[in-house]
Amino acid sequence: MKKTVQELVLIENTQLNHDNFRLVLQAGSELPEIFPGQFVNVEIKKATEIFLRRPFSVLDVDYQNRTFSLLVKILGRGSRVLTTYQPGDKISVIYPLGKGFSQPETTDKVLLIGGGSGVAPMLFLSKVCGLNPENVHILLGARSIADHVDVSAYQHNGKFYFTTEDGSLGEKGFVTNHSMYKSELSTFNKIYTCGPDAMMKAIAKDAAKAGVFCEVSLENMMACGFGVCLCCVEKTTSGHKCVCTDGPVFNIKELTWQI
Amino acid sequence: MADLSVKIKDLVFKNPVLTASGTCGFGEEIADFVDLSELGGVVMKGTTLKHREGNNYPRMAETPSGMLNAVGLQNKGVDNFIRNIYPNIKDIETNFIVNVNGSTIEEYVELTERINELDKIPAIELNISCPNVKEGGMAFGVSCPSAEAVVRAVRAVYSKPLIVKLSPNVTNIAEIARAVESQGADSVSLVNTFLGMAIDAESRKPVLSTITGGLSGPAIKPIALRMVWQVAQAVKIPVIGMGGIMNATDAIEFILAGASAVQIGTGIFIDPTLPVQVVAGINDYLDRHNMNSFNELIGSLQIG
Ligand SMILES: Cc1cc2nc3c(=O)[nH]c(=O)nc-3n(C[C@H](O)[C@H](O)[C@H](O)COP(=O)(O)OP(=O)(O)OC[C@H]3O[C@@H](n4cnc5c(N)ncnc54)[C@H](O)[C@@H]3O)c2cc1C
Ligand SMILES: Cc1cc2nc3c(=O)[nH]c(=O)nc-3n(C[C@H](O)[C@H](O)[C@H](O)COP(=O)(O)O)c2cc1C
Ligand code: FES
Repeated sequence: MKKTVQELVLIENTQLNHDNFRLVLQAGSELPEIFPGQFVNVEIKKATEIFLRRPFSVLDVDYQNRTFSLLVKILGRGSRVLTTYQPGDKISVIYPLGKGFSQPETTDKVLLIGGGSGVAPMLFLSKVCGLNPENVHILLGARSIADHVDVSAYQHNGKFYFTTEDGSLGEKGFVTNHSMYKSELSTFNKIYTCGPDAMMKAIAKDAAKAGVFCEVSLENMMACGFGVCLCCVEKTTSGHKCVCTDGPVFNIKELTWQI
Repeated sequence: MADLSVKIKDLVFKNPVLTASGTCGFGEEIADFVDLSELGGVVMKGTTLKHREGNNYPRMAETPSGMLNAVGLQNKGVDNFIRNIYPNIKDIETNFIVNVNGSTIEEYVELTERINELDKIPAIELNISCPNVKEGGMAFGVSCPSAEAVVRAVRAVYSKPLIVKLSPNVTNIAEIARAVESQGADSVSLVNTFLGMAIDAESRKPVLSTITGGLSGPAIKPIALRMVWQVAQAVKIPVIGMGGIMNATDAIEFILAGASAVQIGTGIFIDPTLPVQVVAGINDYLDRHNMNSFNELIGSLQIG
């Protein structure tokens, strides 16, 4: 799959909640195949005081219209400015980058867990994993109801569960406190997760204990995003690996996390 | 189309634009974006005799108009290079240059001897300026006697073009350049990164695992340009300039200051097609200024 630098046109920018936006970008030519967990590296030219591109996971792809979308959460200067782009604006993007999640077996029962900006690849995976929706469980965590995004467009892809730290939506607590998670964890064939490090580490620990296959998607700081700078490395059982090319998705067995 | 070719010793570069070490992998990593044979050369990731894991994460901090890195020469060692990388690149029509690193003079010499056996590696860049390793590296490049010693030893075993990469972390870079020229260097390349530091005020911690790192990107360009100019005045051998080149105009500024060729580093992270854009931009510039040959442009800064 060839990586390219392209000027894409923003065709839609929708505010989903107080700090999450969905950006839809259109290419001038046919899109390459893009898999859940893969990401794009975006140049935010209007944010003149930032220097490097910013990586974002792909939320969804529409090959027919040559568009894909991103779920951008405002964190600092770059993401804030990116959410102010208007339809018609051109954005330089390097894509598709990284290796995505491994494809589940058709009979697998899978658990997808997303937190924070890690929701995007989970929703994308739920859509294209090709499983019977009964076997797809999607658990999303956030601080409060205001931090969750509307997932109704994805509701037929699987069964959704929510947690909030204040109990304003779904069960109160972290994703790892959810009753379904606690009672059914070992019944899943595969667990896929993307979100804050602390969340992924807690899940990895439980998955390892239960002996369940588990893949996590890391968000290490990146300078290039395509494997030349060696800045984004993660320690693995076979030495330093680049999150941008060997990942961002890793099986927890490869990582040296103290879990 | 002007003649863009330029020579270092007897080695011909089809144009004066090379990629800088540590910013283009071994060339293969950017082959999706650019046709490597359109480049004057590719200076590959710093190589050592033995495998190196490099420094711990975090290794990068974004800074105003630039970045700090503390990669620490992560590479799989020369055996891996010869076995797994060299066969893939040896037939690509450009100059693949190995960036040679060591923690002792003996290591520099032994590595150079190994590279010398490879027919399709027409030159080496001796890195005596890496700020991110505990032993060797920049230590050799910050004093005249140690720079002379390592260049002398390597020169004794290597007769192909020898480029020596200089550190900007010195009081007088022209003196170091003259010192390595006196020991037979065929060219000097500059600058490597400037030693810098980033602190996260909220957590009161250094951003990099190594506390300090090397600064690159447009933030360093004016200083790099000044150093290239000073060195070009001081030596007779060709100078390869770099530091913050983000477009053809930046490259031309280095050439006006006296560089015979340029390297593109951090700019590749923002746009991996930048090196070929710079080649095209230099060509346009020569056409606009009615010059038939790139060589006319070198050092043609008009003062007064
Ligand atoms: C593979 C990958 C996929 C991602 N997917 C998404 C996504 O789908 N949606 C989303 O909202 N965010 C995603 N992120 C995180 C996103 O890249 C950061 O939120 C963004 O870079 C912040 O930039 P900023 O200028 O707003 O913040 P800054 O003020 O620059 O930094 C705030 C924080 O953002 C992170 N960050 C900053 N620069 C980088 C960088 N170059 N590489 C990685 N992280 C950085 C750091 O944790 C930093 O502390 C992803 C990151 C990675 C590595
Ligand atoms: C991530 C990174 C890794 C680097 N690795 C090396 C290296 O292995 N050997 C070397 O001689 N220089 C290395 N450099 C220095 C560059 O080759 C170049 O000298 C420097 O970055 C200045 O040019 P620039 O501003 O165009 O990047 C590295 C620079 C960066 C940013
Ligand atoms: S971000 Fe440059 S190698 Fe991964």
